[in-house]
Amino acid sequence: MNTLQQLPILSIIAYIPLAGALIIMFLIPKEKTGAIKAFATAVAALDLAVSLPLWFSFDRAKAGYQFVERIPWIPSLGVDYHFGIDGITLLLILLTTFIGVIAIYSSFSAIAERQKEYYILLLLLQTFMIGTFCCLDFFLFYVFWEIMLVPMYFLIGVWGGQRRLYAAIKFFLYTLAGSVLMLLGIIALYFYNTTGFLGYKGLGHAATFSVPKLTAVAAAMPPELQVWLFFAFFFGFAIKVPMFPFHTWLPDAHTEAPTAGSVILAAVLLKMGTYGFVRFSLPMFPEAVKTPWVIGTMVFLAIVGIVYGAMVTLVQKDMKKLIAYSSVSHLGFVMLGIFALNMAGVQGGVLQMINHGISTGALFLLVGVVYERRHTRMIAEYGGLARQMPIYATYFLIMALSSMGLPLLNGFIGEFSILQGAFAKNFWWALFACTGIVLGAAYLLWLYQRVFFGELSNPANAKLPDLSFREQLTLAPLVVLALWIGLYPKPFFDVLRVPSENIVRSVGGATMTPPAYAGAPGTGIPAAGDLAPAAPVPAVR
Amino acid sequence: MKDLLWLVPLFPLAGFLVNGVLYLISHRTRGEAADAHGSQGAPALAAAPAPSVHGENPAHTHAGSSAHDPAGHSPIPLKTAHTVVGTVSVGLSCVFAFLAILDVGIGRLSEGAAHVVTLYRWLPLGVNQAVGQVHGPAGEWFVDAAFRLDSLSALMIAFVTFVGFLIHVYSVGYMGHEEGYGRYFAYLNLFMFSMLLLVLGANFLLLFVGWEGVGLCSYLLIGYFYDRDAAADAGKKAFVVNRIGDFGFILGIFGIFSLFGSLDFGKVFPAAAAHPSAYAPYLTLVCLCLFVGACGKSAQFPLYVWLPDAMAGPTPVSALIHAATMVTAGVYMVARCNVLFRLSPDALLVVAVVGGFTALFAATIGVAQNDIKKVLAYSTVSQLGYMFLACGVGAFVAGMFHVMTHAFFKACLFLGSGSVIHALGGEQDIRKMGGLASKIPVTYRTFLVATLAIAGVPLLAGFFSKDAILAAAFEAHFASAPWLGRVLWAAALFTAGLTAFYMLRLVSLTFWGKFRGGTEQEAQIHESPRSMTVPLIVLAFLSVVGGYVGIPMVRGGDRIGEFLHPILLPLAGAGAHTAAHEAAASTEALLMAASVAAAAIGLALAYVWYAKGEGAVPARIAARFPGVYRAVSNKYYVDEAYDSVFVQGLAKGGGRFLWDFDATVVDGAVNGTRHVTVGLSWLSSFFDQYVVDGLVNGVANTLQAGFRGFRRAQTGRVQNYALVMGGGLFCLVAVYLLFR
Repeated sequence: MNTLQQLPILSIIAYIPLAGALIIMFLIPKEKTGAIKAFATAVAALDLAVSLPLWFSFDRAKAGYQFVERIPWIPSLGVDYHFGIDGITLLLILLTTFIGVIAIYSSFSAIAERQKEYYILLLLLQTFMIGTFCCLDFFLFYVFWEIMLVPMYFLIGVWGGQRRLYAAIKFFLYTLAGSVLMLLGIIALYFYNTTGFLGYKGLGHAATFSVPKLTAVAAAMPPELQVWLFFAFFFGFAIKVPMFPFHTWLPDAHTEAPTAGSVILAAVLLKMGTYGFVRFSLPMFPEAVKTPWVIGTMVFLAIVGIVYGAMVTLVQKDMKKLIAYSSVSHLGFVMLGIFALNMAGVQGGVLQMINHGISTGALFLLVGVVYERRHTRMIAEYGGLARQMPIYATYFLIMALSSMGLPLLNGFIGEFSILQGAFAKNFWWALFACTGIVLGAAYLLWLYQRVFFGELSNPANAKLPDLSFREQLTLAPLVVLALWIGLYPKPFFDVLRVPSENIVRSVGGATMTPPAYAGAPGTGIPAAGDLAPAAPVPAVR
Repeated sequence: MKDLLWLVPLFPLAGFLVNGVLYLISHRTRGEAADAHGSQGAPALAAAPAPSVHGENPAHTHAGSSAHDPAGHSPIPLKTAHTVVGTVSVGLSCVFAFLAILDVGIGRLSEGAAHVVTLYRWLPLGVNQAVGQVHGPAGEWFVDAAFRLDSLSALMIAFVTFVGFLIHVYSVGYMGHEEGYGRYFAYLNLFMFSMLLLVLGANFLLLFVGWEGVGLCSYLLIGYFYDRDAAADAGKKAFVVNRIGDFGFILGIFGIFSLFGSLDFGKVFPAAAAHPSAYAPYLTLVCLCLFVGACGKSAQFPLYVWLPDAMAGPTPVSALIHAATMVTAGVYMVARCNVLFRLSPDALLVVAVVGGFTALFAATIGVAQNDIKKVLAYSTVSQLGYMFLACGVGAFVAGMFHVMTHAFFKACLFLGSGSVIHALGGEQDIRKMGGLASKIPVTYRTFLVATLAIAGVPLLAGFFSKDAILAAAFEAHFASAPWLGRVLWAAALFTAGLTAFYMLRLVSLTFWGKFRGGTEQEAQIHESPRSMTVPLIVLAFLSVVGGYVGIPMVRGGDRIGEFLHPILLPLAGAGAHTAAHEAAASTEALLMAASVAAAAIGLALAYVWYAKGEGAVPARIAARFPGVYRAVSNKYYVDEAYDSVFVQGLAKGGGRFLWDFDATVVDGAVNGTRHVTVGLSWLSSFFDQYVVDGLVNGVANTLQAGFRGFRRAQTGRVQNYALVMGGGLFCLVAVYLLFR
């Protein structure tokens, strides 16, 4: 552990893919596609291997950031190269490195053109995503946050489906538009800390972009300024999540992206938005978050996203689009959990980010499998595959069940925790959100029925081979993870506990058991020690 | 041994895993073979349709199915492996269930002993604040993976594992010719695991896990013949309707967690019992939510619609899941929560009314059905209504008693119907049956015994439990509607008569009279193999004697009441008993006579109309009231109404509307922004080109033109320059002098 603390382990994890990309770029000729694939996979696997020790040496009880690296970068502006993680980012980084291997390994047969560029971009993307999660400096954060768009833009635009250019440009511009507002927020914060801006008198502190410092500064700002800045950040994050009504880039990007792109987009990139809310919006602007109309708006948008997303999902005819819209619904759950502002909700929301990455990532992989064989994503082209591809059908069923939140699989743990948190806050939130569960079962089972059940009537499907060994290797780890979280999620909750407590405490929620309790005033419940004889119960007979 | 309680669900789970992996491995090789075939150009499609013997696909016969046996080169060892793993795992589970019960001790269980085995901490939700006025301190919320053996769960695991084992044995014979034999046993084992999780779970969440698990297995097994659309549709319908129920159930669970800060049965119920006045105001909502869940799982009005469709599954599945065990989970859950329900008279009233109404409603539909399994399905819905009626009037013991006896005789009836279908090569329409009594005597006799048991013929199992429910309804007293108990009693009594009527109608159309099918078919009728008849005989025996654990009138005869007493009557003061026991002996005898009379009238009418009169009278009645008949035989068009309102209307119509909205309005706004931006850019470009740049160019041109004159002045002659300079100087001096 000590050695790990002394190494710049986070930077190593972040830059291994970059180094790999550079090596492919300069040292491996583009004709040697086999070598490129093998090397890219090896780099991603190495990255995963290097990131795993974080899980074991992470101190679950310690508050604050761990594995911190800090070097001054642009001293005149107060910009530092500042990395560090807590339990939330620990899970997100592990998810990224884990999905990274799968995404690269799953692309072997799907990508036939410009393979060298493709794997270089995937590796670059991984570096930028990990960098975003590790950053504790707003300047650096913004750099990573924006540059992340570039490889994804090319992945969609070059290797995508028919409408790839439209989707890529939409994706890029939409998210960029949101980020610009966030940049304004960051700049406002920076000047509030130093010289002031507009009518606000600055605090006169030394210039800094440090996240922990500016978080403390922001939390002490006057409420109305908090509300302004909350919404500046909100657009940046809400578009990334995506929250209703900022979600329409997502179905296009998801549908047009190559399989690995969809997987990464769903598993990691969408988490940037929710991560932003958890890491920045809640602790920085507690007064804004607690304002009734603000939280009401957030929860309203989350619930609309859940129900609306699910309803729209129900009528999709394109498999990828269907799963893309289901993401809108699922991320609505995540947002609901986060804005329940209690332990059950926040922990569940963060865990559901991971769960969504696993389940939806796997579903995109699975759609990719038949897309590679048939080059169509239309549901109507399939039917009766259960007989032809039983192993494929089994994997698909498990992941669909995980996505619809069936107990003993991962999705249930997150959804239960989120909805429990929401219920504890407000009965109606839980009531409306729960309809998403019913609709979730409906759209996934209907999809499953149309693809796998019935007679195998389309002759084009009659010869489809079942999953290859490589395809199973990409899917099996996801199934194992889904079962692990479903059966024994405690290790994940242990990691999330302390950071979630910090967040909940920052917005004024209960996190500590009061030392002594003697009948809360005004409540109907006697103290715990009161063992008065039971009153007779109204007899109904 | 009691600490090995977790082995009880574990055995079926292991069976599921082994069978599932074996099945996939065997079909993996098949897949490659099919692929090889395909590449040679052979039509792989030809082998695709499922050869099936039973029910759902009458065209196929045994010969046809074995010719297409999909297990390929090594069918026999594989099939034996599936059989052994499937049945032995459930058998072991049954043995360990009984060992665990005996280890804790029946006596101790009936004194209220509960043995809890905690495996590990499952869900740590951190420190949370409870909701509403009933908030205690913020506390650590968590859910453990734990099993609980008390008298209620002991009763459940005893009959679930035992009946489950019998049905597994029966399936060996019944499903022997089907494709996907291994898949069938894998699902069935998974079902046993989930069901045992449901009844053994020590908290609401584990109960819910089992609850969803049995729902999944139900989905998979109803859709077992998945290449038929009807089966796949029915499976999906079952799952989605159950999810609507689960929607309520999970809200109820959230409510309990939020109120009590725990989901543990051992904490929630004592807390509610200890502080009834504090919790009672919130419990009506919670209990109603829970009851919505029960309505879904136990097929109560208005969520009963999935159960009749579920008959698309293989018949042993109907017996196990859709008659004996899973569908009673709702009753079990309500009984488990009886402490909460007792605190909410309003919730109990709803339970009683829904139960009573469903019992009557489903029974009327059952009268006019012609599919042997559909009749039994509506009968199941009706009997489940009885059980809820019992719970609703506070007679939880009677409800659970009926759960048990119903498991025996309804499983026997379903398996018997399976035997009939098996004998007829897949025929399910009772209008094409008749005269089977002499041809399949074991099936006939066991079926008849079970019919008499469900009809409530004295001294058979159904009589005692049904009588207990009727008496409890008669004695029920609802503060808000004092007359309601009598109304419910009358409805239940009428239902009892209807039940006797349609069951004997079924028997006479199936087994009595002449065979109405083809002669070729008649020649093939045969009694089922031993693996199927033995379970029938055992279940018929239990249908006879199963009721003797709860004889009401004899002192000490109500053993089941005493056994369940600690769970189902934990709140009662001294001397209180179930409602049935409070009735005076004379009233009780009178009520008993009434129920016997109802059964007798029903049986007699069916005998006279169908066995003697060959259906002439019912046909006349149907002709006389065509509208009524159509409504009843079409199940009151409830399915159609649901489909048009909820499925096509709200879900798909709403989905399509929102999808249009999404594409045109939400995305339209985004694309609109793009168009506006692009348009503005064009404008800017135009402006830039012609105005801004035009200005620049214009200035340049003007200057150019203007300075053309000056250029002429550049003559290069010094005299000219000197002249201009002199002139300029003169002008400046003049201006200076003038304005000084």
